[in-house]
Amino acid sequence: MRALRQGCAGIVTLVVTLSVVAAPATSWAKTEIQFWHAMTAVLGERVKEIAAKFNATQNEYEVKAVHKGSYPETLNAAIAAYRAKQPPHIVQVFEVGTQTMLSSGAVFPVYQLMKDHGIAIDWNDLIAPVKSYYSTGGNLYSMAFNSSTPVLFYNKDLFKKAGLPDKPPATWDEVEAMAKKLQAAGAKCPSGSAWPSWVLVENMHALHDQPFADHGNGFDGLATALKVNGPFGVKMLELLARGAKEGWFSYNGRLNKAEAMMGGGECGIFLTSSAYMGNLTRASEGKFTWGTGPLPRMSGFPQGNSIIGGATLWVLKGAKPAEYKGVAQFFKYLASTENQAWWAGVTGYLPLTNAAVKAMEASGHFQKNPNQRTAIVQMNSGKTTPNSQGIRLGNFNSVRDAIEEQIENILSGKKTAKQGLDDAVAKSNEILKEFAALYK
Amino acid sequence: MKRTVFRNRWLPYVLVAPQVAITLVFFFWPAFDSLRLSLYRASPFGDRLIFIGLRNFERLVGDPAYLRSALTSFVFSFFVTFVGLALALLLASLANAKIQGLGVYRSLLLWPYGIAPAIAGIIWLFIFHPSYGILPWLLSFVTAYQFNWFLKGWVAMVLIVVAAIWKQFGYNLAFYLAGLQAIETSVLEAASVDGAGPIRRFFAITFPLLSPVTFFLFTLNMTFSFFDTFGLIHSVTQGGPGDATSILVYRAWKDGFDGLQLGLSAAQSVILMALVIVLTAFQFRYAEKKVTY
Repeated sequence: MRALRQGCAGIVTLVVTLSVVAAPATSWAKTEIQFWHAMTAVLGERVKEIAAKFNATQNEYEVKAVHKGSYPETLNAAIAAYRAKQPPHIVQVFEVGTQTMLSSGAVFPVYQLMKDHGIAIDWNDLIAPVKSYYSTGGNLYSMAFNSSTPVLFYNKDLFKKAGLPDKPPATWDEVEAMAKKLQAAGAKCPSGSAWPSWVLVENMHALHDQPFADHGNGFDGLATALKVNGPFGVKMLELLARGAKEGWFSYNGRLNKAEAMMGGGECGIFLTSSAYMGNLTRASEGKFTWGTGPLPRMSGFPQGNSIIGGATLWVLKGAKPAEYKGVAQFFKYLASTENQAWWAGVTGYLPLTNAAVKAMEASGHFQKNPNQRTAIVQMNSGKTTPNSQGIRLGNFNSVRDAIEEQIENILSGKKTAKQGLDDAVAKSNEILKEFAALYK
Repeated sequence: MKRTVFRNRWLPYVLVAPQVAITLVFFFWPAFDSLRLSLYRASPFGDRLIFIGLRNFERLVGDPAYLRSALTSFVFSFFVTFVGLALALLLASLANAKIQGLGVYRSLLLWPYGIAPAIAGIIWLFIFHPSYGILPWLLSFVTAYQFNWFLKGWVAMVLIVVAAIWKQFGYNLAFYLAGLQAIETSVLEAASVDGAGPIRRFFAITFPLLSPVTFFLFTLNMTFSFFDTFGLIHSVTQGGPGDATSILVYRAWKDGFDGLQLGLSAAQSVILMALVIVLTAFQFRYAEKKVTY
């Protein structure tokens, strides 16, 4: 017992001594940069990897990539830290939080940061949808990082079983016809979608050049009214409600929860983020084969473009100049064509610069992974209009909730498409009004 | 009651100080902060704080969705409390019988209480998930009816009620067992001699004598179902489908931490706070009179 106690005391003394010696040494040697992110599983490892690679290129700065939970949890953590005057230098915020960040007054704009540190980055080389979504007055406010856009996935084995040709449906009419055949062949989820609001409402409006909200979807000023209850939105939801009733469209939850059905090999046709590719590759290995295609279109409406989702890196105010210098260096590293191509290649997110796309073409990456090209082709063949440059709303997350709540009411037959969308708009307008009142 | 006398005048204060400090920091401070914040329109990063009086409360009271959520909460709590207590009492009575292997049964019945609500939710998710759950798979052999609670509100409601009851079951059972063991067997034997059957004995003697336990468990289960079920709902239904399982505490969290509408969320927690105070006061004032200690 006595020996044990002495042993413990010894360890305590040792630890205290070590920490006293070690602590100043590390903080003196390297400037630490806190990078809070929301990437999980394989994606989380890749974030760690790129931070480690950057740290190995120089010995002035140490980027610490810290996982803080889901996107909303990461944003909450950053807000709490900012209010406690201990903000991280870099925080990854999902696209839904863009307006919140822009209005917050807590942000050190990225274009400014790079200019202050004399680092020239050709922002014009960013692919158009990314640049339009995250720029204000032509200036990039946050560092583009992981962007994706929804595409169509289809299960080739189920298609074969249903006697369908190995070709993705290009229109909603074809989706309906094919899904009915898949249903007849016994598919549990003939057609389906993840991220209900993002894919079926936000992207479908943009893809058909329909306005989602007033003031140019919030790009020309704070949006105060949603426009999703117009003829297009009603037609879209009526189609899906009929599909749910007849059994050829299967609803499986909010966020990306429905992806479990596609990964389980139950879905014939499935719409979700192009970044789902990595997980689907793993889930389907040795079980079934799949292909991709552009999002299906509805006839009789003009051509727009799909919009992006994902997240960008925001720099928060309140750090020391030396630390900002490190942040700028890290961003410069991220922006290099080599790293852009690497990141897109290993994650399935979109390559963010035209140079990276070219580099990936040149290295034969797309020949080996043709599905990774689908999203790029889709975005390049679309038309960027005021309705398809993106959506910028205050309290966007609450607006999405309001929409998804009503999608569920519509698909379950509790409300008609028109009634449900009217209710979603009324609720959302109330939410938008509150945000506008905050920043008037 | 025995009075403890301290020689040192300050010692008692020193002894209660940690408890008082914890209560102040973790209960009173946040409560007052919510009270204050509920009167403001606040921006997430704290750069804007606009006093708007009772506007947040007006918004809530005028929102049919909020009133629906209140109704959902009461329906949910009602079922969790009444069905939960009835089942616990029934099983406690059975577990109180003199049978072999009683200790094993009792321990097994107490188990679920050791599980965190969120974990309980995940377990139930694995059982009931429409695509990978085992129960829908088994049911698909028997009936073509789809229990898809992603779209069917009542199925989702039943699911979380059952999960919450199961989760709280061990706790209720433990208290009922203890209560049953405290009842003098002589009273029950006397009743038997007078010709009272088991059911009569239960309602005439056991149940009234258990009323302090029932009263305590009633208050506790109401509070549990109102507040502690957050993790369960968050992991299973996220308040959906539509807003079928969106109880008040889930809504308050969602508007505050998902939607970043801090003032509105604070107003909701103030309403919840008031509700708990009223509920508890009401129970102690009226229900306690009927309780025989």
